[in-house]
Formats: sequence, C-alpha cells, structure tokens
Amino acid sequence: MSQLMSGAKILLECLAREGVDTIFGYPGGVTLPLYDAMYDNPIRHILVRHEQNAAFAAQGYSRSTGKVGVCCATSGPGATNLVTGLVDAMMDSIPVVALTGQVTAKLIGSDAFQEADTFGITRSATKHNYLVKNVNELPQVIHEAFYIAASGRPGPVLVDITKDVFQGNAHYTPVTSIHLPGYKVYTEGHTGQIRRAAQMMLEAERPMIYAGGGIVLSNASAELRELVELVDAPTVCTLMGLGTLGSEHPNFISMPGMHGSYAANMGMYGTDLIIALGVRFDDRVTGRLNAFAPHARIIHVDIDPAEISKIRNADLPIVGDLKRVLPKINAVLKELLPEVGERPGLKAWWKQVREWKAEHPLRYDTADDVIKPQHLMREIDRLTKGEAIVCSDVGQHQMWAAQLIRFNEPRLWINSGGLGSMGFGLPSALGAQVANPNQLVIAICGDGGFQMSIPELATLFNFGLPVKVIVMNNGYLGMVRQWQELFYANRLSQVTLDGFPDPVQLAGAYGFKGRTVERPSELAEALATAFADPGPYLLNVKVAPTENVFPMVPAGGAINEMVLTPPQPAELRK
Amino acid sequence: MLQIISILLENKTGALMRVTGLLTARGYNIDSLTVARTLDPELSRMTIGVAIEPHQRRQLIKHMNKLINVLQATDLTDSPAVTRELVLMRVRAPQESRTAILKEAEIFGARVVDSTLEGFALEATGDIEKLDEFIDIMRSYGEIEVTRGGAVAVSLESKKLRLSPPVPRGAEEGKSEEKNGVI
Ligand SMILES: Cc1ncc(C[n+]2csc(CCOP(=O)(O)OP(=O)(O)O)c2C)c(N)n1
Ligand SMILES: [Mg+2]
Repeated sequence: MSQLMSGAKILLECLAREGVDTIFGYPGGVTLPLYDAMYDNPIRHILVRHEQNAAFAAQGYSRSTGKVGVCCATSGPGATNLVTGLVDAMMDSIPVVALTGQVTAKLIGSDAFQEADTFGITRSATKHNYLVKNVNELPQVIHEAFYIAASGRPGPVLVDITKDVFQGNAHYTPVTSIHLPGYKVYTEGHTGQIRRAAQMMLEAERPMIYAGGGIVLSNASAELRELVELVDAPTVCTLMGLGTLGSEHPNFISMPGMHGSYAANMGMYGTDLIIALGVRFDDRVTGRLNAFAPHARIIHVDIDPAEISKIRNADLPIVGDLKRVLPKINAVLKELLPEVGERPGLKAWWKQVREWKAEHPLRYDTADDVIKPQHLMREIDRLTKGEAIVCSDVGQHQMWAAQLIRFNEPRLWINSGGLGSMGFGLPSALGAQVANPNQLVIAICGDGGFQMSIPELATLFNFGLPVKVIVMNNGYLGMVRQWQELFYANRLSQVTLDGFPDPVQLAGAYGFKGRTVERPSELAEALATAFADPGPYLLNVKVAPTENVFPMVPAGGAINEMVLTPPQPAELRK
Repeated sequence: MLQIISILLENKTGALMRVTGLLTARGYNIDSLTVARTLDPELSRMTIGVAIEPHQRRQLIKHMNKLINVLQATDLTDSPAVTRELVLMRVRAPQESRTAILKEAEIFGARVVDSTLEGFALEATGDIEKLDEFIDIMRSYGEIEVTRGGAVAVSLESKKLRLSPPVPRGAEEGKSEEKNGVI
C-alpha cells in the first residue's frame, strides 16, 4: 500500500517508525516545509536558542537514555552551527541523527542564499552522512541513518535534505529492511580469545580492570559488575565510564588519569594485567606512554577494531559488543574458578592498592570564609547520594565533580569527555531533563562555559524544565588559569571573567529563581532548597578563585609521578 | 618503495572523498590514486599508492574498512599482488635519434601510438620501477612530456569478501519504540 505524501511528511513518518518522540531544533528558510509538517505532528519539537545546543541537547537526551538523539537545523549557518556538537558526539561515540535542510537541488553549487557544503563540512564530523536530492531515497536513508548511529560503535549521522525533497511528493511505501553490505558490526567476540582472556585474568597477580564509556554505550554495567566480582580485581572507571561500577562498590578505585586518584594511577602503573573494557587509552588517561603500565599485558575488548592496538599494543584483543562478550567471559571464569586455589599474589596486590588509597585519598581543606570548590561538589554528592543526573561543562569544576560526586548507575554522569566542549553543560542537561522529566537533573557549569550557553535558560523556562543550574563561579577560566599558574610562571593571560552578570537578576529576567551563595555555612541549605524547588533554579556559587585541581599528572608526564598537593608558594614564585 | 592499498567501495557520491579524507586528515600525501567501476557497476575499485609507516598504515586500513561505503580495504604492500601502471609519453625525436628511440621503446615493450615529424607518442605499461627506468632513458634523448596513470593492482590471493546481510528496519509502526536504541 503506497500513499502519495510530501517529503516532509515522509520524513516525520520515518522518524515515528524509529521511535523518535523529540526533536531538538531551530527552523529556517529551507526547512519551512518540514516545520509546516511538524505543526500538527505528534513528535515534540524543542526550540533551542542556538543550533549547537540542539546537538548538545540531543546528546543529553541520548546519553541519559541510550536512545538516539535527534537534532535539526536549517541550511548554511544552521548546519555549520551544529558542527561542534557533532564532533563532540563523534568523540564520545554518542548516537545522534542530525537533520539539516539544504537549498533546492538545482541551486546547489550556485552560491544560493544560505548555501553551505554541509555534506563536505560534516564528513569528518560524523560516523556517516548523506545528501538527499531525491525524495524517493528519503525513507531508506532515514532508516539507514538511525541504524548506523545506534549500532556498532555509535556515533552521529547527518542527513542533509534539499528543500525540493521536503516539498516533493512521492508514493511512500514503508521500508522494511535496509542493506549496507560494507558496514560491518562485530558483536560476538572470538570464542578462543574469550577463553584465553578468562585464563589470563585468573593467572594475573596484579590485575586491574579499566572500564570506560563502552560499558555505558553497550548497557553492560551488570555484566561488568559480575566480571569485577569474579576476578576480584581493583577497578578504575574513566571519565566516560563513571557509574558503570557504582562508586560504592568495594572494588571501585575511582578515576585514573590526569586528575585521577593516586591509587588509580599507581594501580595502573603497577599492574601486570590491564583488562581494558570499552576504553581507548586516551592520552588524558595514560600520560606519557612509556611510563603507562610498563609491566602489564593488555586484554582489550572493544566493538571497534580500529581501537585495538591503536595506542597500546593489545596482547589479547577481543572485538565485540561488551554486552555479548562479558557474559561469555564470565561463564568461562565461573567454570575455571573452582579449580583456582588461593591467589596469594592478588591478596598482596589488594593490600598494596588499599595502602595507596589510604595514603592519599582525595583530600581537600575546607575554609570558614570562602567556599572551596571541592566542598561544593561534596555537598552536591551528599545531597544527591549518587542518584541524580549530573551534566557538567568543561573545566576545573568538571574534574572536581568527576572526582567527588558519586554515581551509582551509568548514564547519570554526563560530560563532554573527548572533545571537551565548553558550553556543553546546560544544553545537555536540558536534553537529559526532557528525556527524564521526573528525575533531578543538575547542570554544573563554570562561569566561563555557562556564558557560552546562557540563551538556553529561555528554553528551560519555556518548557518548564526544572534543571538546577549550578554555576561554580571562580571568576576565572579556571582550568586555563591553573595551567598558566603552574607552567607559565603565573602570567595570567586572558583568563579573568570580569563583567559576569548578576545571575540572580539573570535568572529573574528569564523568569525563574536564582540565588547567590558565598558563605560555606549557607551552602548546604541553598543546594537543598534549589534541589527541592519544582522549577528551574540557578545557583551562583562563589568559590575560592585560585584553587587548583589535584592530583595532577602534567601533560606528557608519567602517571606514577603525579603532583599530589599544591606546590608551595615559594616553589611557584621561582 | 610505494605501498599499495586496494579498496573495493560503493560507487556513490562522496565515497572517494571519505577514503582520501582519512589520508588528508592525518596529513599523509597520496602518491598515486586510481579509481574505476568494477564488473558490478555499483562498485568501484580504488588503488592508492602511499608512503606511510606500517603501524600507521594498519591503523589507516582499519579506518578505511570502517567506512560504510567501503566493502573491503586491503594492504597489498607485502602480500602477493601484481601492480602495473600505464604511462603515456611524448618524446621529441629528431631524424638522427628516431631509430634509437624506437629500439629502446621496443625493449620496454612500449607501443608507438602516434608519430609525427617532431617525434613520437608512446604508451607503456609495466611495474612501477620498470617505468621509472623507461622514463629516465627516454629523458636522455631530450625533452619529454609524461602522464602517468597511477598504480593499479590486483591481489593474487582470493580474499574472502565478507558482506553484511540486509537488516530489518522501520517496518512496523507499533514496534518502532524499541528500535530507537542500542542494537
Ligand atoms: C569551546 C572551548 N573553548 C575553549 C576551551 C579551553 N578551555 C578548557 S577549560 C577552560 C576554562 C573553563 O572556564 P570555566 O567555564 O569558568 O570553568 P572552570 O575551569 O573555571 O571551572 C577553557 C577556556 C574549551 N575546552 N572549549
Ligand atoms: Mg571559572
């Protein structure tokens, strides 16, 4: 049964068949026919205030649910504004489908009004992209786009659609299957390798599990937990993997890397077997490569064959979906474990790891006169108990939040890990709140990054999204200031944020409550009041302006030589 | 020595750019590139000649294989394969050197495709080093103009082509909810 329908209607029908309930977008000239079709369509459209935020919000939606996020922009400037959000999704492997309008097919190449080569510009910003100039191709392409975005190693897919395609009519027959002969997704893992991996895990004396964003993406937290308990290895979760092993789990040794804990980094240095699960040996984790896990063999499980041995050679690679592979490893472990006796090496290893933990826990001083940023994060942690969705922007506040806030589950900690895009916090929280209307969603922003997405306060108000926006106000582009202080003789160049608006007035201007907190004694109450408020709420928390994030592995440094505490003032002055 | 990567890809708009984009994004120069339709007009065969360290090349080929439009990318550098190139050349040949030039051409198996009072147009095929030699020799006779066709290669091993089968998608309205997620 085929039906004569406009391209715009066909598109919306295909989206409905993909289960899309929300589009984050911004209209324009060439998408007029699409927006006209949306006028009486049940799919909800969230009008953001900048297309970059449409992409970030779609990510917040996706990261908090696992579903594909959808964003939409017009041709030319609309499409180019999406690019940062797409690259960001690419770096963190987030499934997003971006729909952009393009000028009428016969005008392409004529420098038509608002024409840009979106297909060319976004080629390397996406997992795959399409230019649709023929309405008959549209249904196939849309279903392919969703399939590609969500399967294998997820990522953003962009579909650029010419205006005449939206307007043109076609006999629409629903698509029932798609065929991408060259798109290979390896899910199962090699049986022999799986068995060998399990053996290696039980033979290791000082095993270390290194779990990352891949566990989140494949929804394999329960399977990870089982593996952790069977092998009984200390486990670190990367910035992208926080929550995959609950922060309360006895095997959890917090985050490794540049601002990771002492125990996590010393563990990664001293281990004889790294069990790498859905990670990519990012330079922010490994530090200087020749000092990273120098005594360890590597088991690396990832769905993307291009990640295997990219940075560090894998002694035992397994290409597959963690959700499918981990249960198989666990089954072999259960079979082998009864034959394994005492593991004295492991016992000694645990003793060592616990000593490291005790020696240098994540520590900070509180003060009476000024709120320490770490104190802010600890209070958020105390009040949220590892249950809130926390979306962070990029900077010092992000690192403190990652260090100090607990997450009992995956998909609660949402941040721009790979690209580190300032401006991510607020719009991603917006998207997460749309997808999780009844959950506490907190956006933690620096005073710098917040100013990159202030306009979305209007969207929060508009849609009654009760996001709690916490601005950690240190008056600086703090992370850059920290590096200037530590590595550029404290010559502070272009890092002060004078002219920051009064956030209380700002929130008021947007129609919701705001409050400034300066005294440590008010902090707990202010946070509790904000979290309990039924509407959006902005808290401007003034913190100690020159606090630095520690521990720290300087860029290119060795992970076992981290700087644990602030250098003494005398050292700084020289 | 030039390294050869052979790629079987879909004959679609932008597919070539996706492959070459992987090289340019990493700052690698392409020494030679040929692409043409295969027996199946929906597919193209591309041969790329590059000079990249083995570790990087392995990584690059994995990325090529990840491209949706690429059915198979293979490194032919160290595997049994035949590589050939076509060269078209115009050589100035005054009366006194014409016989010598024709003799050299014959040695290299080149064909005369045009002959005028000023000289010859020659066509030669062969492996890349042989053609380099041929060009050097012809240069010694005076001014030449050369257009090289770029390396084309065929593997001598039959590599199993693993293609993904069709997947059901988008069919039933009611069930669409659960499709929008990790597969
Ligand atoms: C779009 C973008 N521009 C620049 C940077 C570089 N950068 C990283 S952190 C940072 C400072 C962020 O300042 P703020 O938002 O106040 O957070 P803080 O570090 O003070 O917590 C900058 C400029 C970036 N990550 N993203
Ligand atoms: Mg700041």
